[in-house]
Amino acid sequence: MWKRDDAAKPSAPAGQGPAPAQHSPAPLTAEPTSRPAPASDPQRGQERTVVNIGKSVVIKGELNGSEDLTIEGQVEGKIELRQNVLTIGANARIKAQVFAKAVIILGEVTGNVSASEKVDIRDNGSVDGDIAAPRVAIAEGAHFRGSIDMQKGGASPKAETKAPAATASAQSSGQQTPAAAGANR
Amino acid sequence: MLSDILRWGGKRPGQADPAESAPAARGDTLVPSKALPKFLAAIAHQSEAPVLIDLGPVIGANVSFFGEQLGCKLFIEDLFADYDRHSRAGTLDELAAAMEKRFRHTDGSVDGILCWDVFDYLPKATAQALAKQIVRMLRPGGSVMGFFCSTAAPVKAPFTKYEIADEKSLRHRPHAGAGGAKHVLLNRDIIKMFEGLVVSDSFLLKSNTREILLKRRS
Repeated sequence: MWKRDDAAKPSAPAGQGPAPAQHSPAPLTAEPTSRPAPASDPQRGQERTVVNIGKSVVIKGELNGSEDLTIEGQVEGKIELRQNVLTIGANARIKAQVFAKAVIILGEVTGNVSASEKVDIRDNGSVDGDIAAPRVAIAEGAHFRGSIDMQKGGASPKAETKAPAATASAQSSGQQTPAAAGANR
Repeated sequence: MLSDILRWGGKRPGQADPAESAPAARGDTLVPSKALPKFLAAIAHQSEAPVLIDLGPVIGANVSFFGEQLGCKLFIEDLFADYDRHSRAGTLDELAAAMEKRFRHTDGSVDGILCWDVFDYLPKATAQALAKQIVRMLRPGGSVMGFFCSTAAPVKAPFTKYEIADEKSLRHRPHAGAGGAKHVLLNRDIIKMFEGLVVSDSFLLKSNTREILLKRRS
């Protein structure tokens, strides 16, 4: 009588990762996942890739990339994702200079953070260093110590832009993990 | 139609309950500020990219406000955190000496300093040491905004913070921390303490808080 209309059932979008039941918990290595670009995205039609760096990964050195990146591990050195969004997860410990289009911070950062669009320090996020971005949002409960430069004309990162060649060195049991390699593409 | 009215208690669907959105519901007090617009105007005249120091805790709304209004470089120097740390360690008497090395800014390099109510909690020697640093860092033409209480609280009073609601009003809210005794600084003490600066404006609010703007002559 109340037959469900199967045609109206939303189908999983193409290119989405595996179903949660099949998904492995707490990835220890890089897990590039792709999702369809939202309608408002300027890169409409293209897929945006998000790379995750897991909790156990330690990277010492320089991390460059051209994909959105989520870090849950530790990074010491420098992170450059000038055209992409960097999410520093709640478990992440970063001691680095950070340059990105937008930076979302839920974990701990020690070092200067520079973004061409926005820096967003969420609840329980922590930054010890200077921030340079045209827009800065700091949630209640976040920790911040340093200066905020929101001078009109945007952020002016001091570091020179380097060639997009892979330069990261990852240290997880002494080996470069696919996480770092994925982030370096 | 009538059933709709009864159902929604006389309110239109989607209409917010004023009691829910009232600041008092969150323990906030919305207070008018006469000094803030004057402080903003003074800073805006100073330079295109002014440098500000905020001596209070980091508040996201204030950071966004100053960024949008002034496009400034804002240094957060949370003295409440310093006070709290010294208070817990029982070393409040060392706070005055700590003020000497607390700020990394060079002489005459800052356009504006937001003191909020931090002076209320400081012992006299610490207040004097801080005022000396403020005078040192302030650029000619620069401004200082401070709020000063008129009633002392010898027992520990909780810390409070001021969140900018708009150009003319502030949300006065409780702030985390151990709190401390509040001291009253007389106007003449303030003038004497900030030797080298002049009081450009002073307002007495209904709450008996004095909003004082100090300026370094160009």
